[in-house]
Amino acid sequence: MGVLRVRRYGVDLTSTSIRSLPGLAALAAGLMGLALVLALIVVAEDQDQGVSQRIFYIHVPIALTAYFCFGLGAWKALRLLWLGEERYDLESYVAIHQGTIFGALTLITGSIWAKASWGHWWLWSEDQLVLFLVLFLFYCAYFMLRFSLQEGSRRARSSAVYALFGVVLIPVSFLAIRLAENLIHPTVFTREGPQMAGSMFATFCIAWAAVTLLAYVLYRVELAGKRLDSDLRDLREALQ
Amino acid sequence: MTQGQYVAAAYGAVFVFVLVYVAIIAAKLSRLQRETAELLELVRSRERLGRPPDYAAPVRGSSEGAMGTE
Repeated sequence: MGVLRVRRYGVDLTSTSIRSLPGLAALAAGLMGLALVLALIVVAEDQDQGVSQRIFYIHVPIALTAYFCFGLGAWKALRLLWLGEERYDLESYVAIHQGTIFGALTLITGSIWAKASWGHWWLWSEDQLVLFLVLFLFYCAYFMLRFSLQEGSRRARSSAVYALFGVVLIPVSFLAIRLAENLIHPTVFTREGPQMAGSMFATFCIAWAAVTLLAYVLYRVELAGKRLDSDLRDLREALQ
Repeated sequence: MTQGQYVAAAYGAVFVFVLVYVAIIAAKLSRLQRETAELLELVRSRERLGRPPDYAAPVRGSSEGAMGTE
C-alpha cells in the first residue's frame, strides 16, 4: 500500500507548537484579566483627561500590535520572495489578517477616545489618524488583490510584493504624530521617556504584553486552522 | 454619554471583537471536524466493500511531511 502525501504545509496536531497553544491562551487570558483590573480599577485617574484616559491602556497596545502584525506579514512576505517556500504565503496572509482586525479595533477605540476627549469621533486634520486609516485601507485592499487572483505561486508572489509595499507606511504612520504640527493627538512617549507615572507605565506594559500574547495565540490558532483546512482539502482530492 | 460610558464602550468593543473572532474560529473548527468525519466514513465504506483505499497521486504535495497509511 502506498503512502498518502497530503501534508502541504506539514501541520502536525501532535507537535509541541500546537500543544502549547492552550497554555499560551490561558496565559493570555490571565494577563488580559490582570491588565483590565489594573487599567480600570487600580491605576490612578489622569488629572488632565480624567476617566477617559483609561482607554489609553487598550487603545495604544492594540495599535502597536496592529503595526507589529503588519510588519510580521511583510517579513513573512519577504521570506517567501527570498526563499520561495510556500508556507510563508499563508503565514503572511494570517499576520496581515490579524493586523487588519487589530487595525479596525485601533480605529474604533481611537474614535471613542477622541469623542470622549476632543468631542469629535474623527478629525481629518490629524495626520496620525488619517495615516493610520490609509495603512488600514491599504491592507484591506490586500485581501481584494489576493482573492481576485487564482490560487498558486502567482497569487502568493503578488500578495507578497503588495504586503512589502505596505510596510513603508508603518514607520510613516508611527512617526506622523511626532512630525505633525497640529498636536491634538497626545504624545506620551518622548525622547525623555514615558510622560506618565510609574504605575501607569507598568499598567501599560502589562496591557501591551497581554494584547501581544492574545494576538500571537489568535495568529497561531488561525494558522493551524487554515493549514488543517488545506490538508483536508488535499486529502479529499486524493481520496476521490 | 458620560466619560465612564465611553470607557465601557471602548473596552466592550474589544471584548465583542474577540468574542466574534473566537465564535468564527469555533464554527470553522466544527466544520473541519465534520469534514474529517466524512473522510473517515469514506475510507471505512471503501474498506467494507473489500478494496483498499485507492489513493491518488499527491495533488499539491510537498516533501515536508507524509502520512503513512500502511
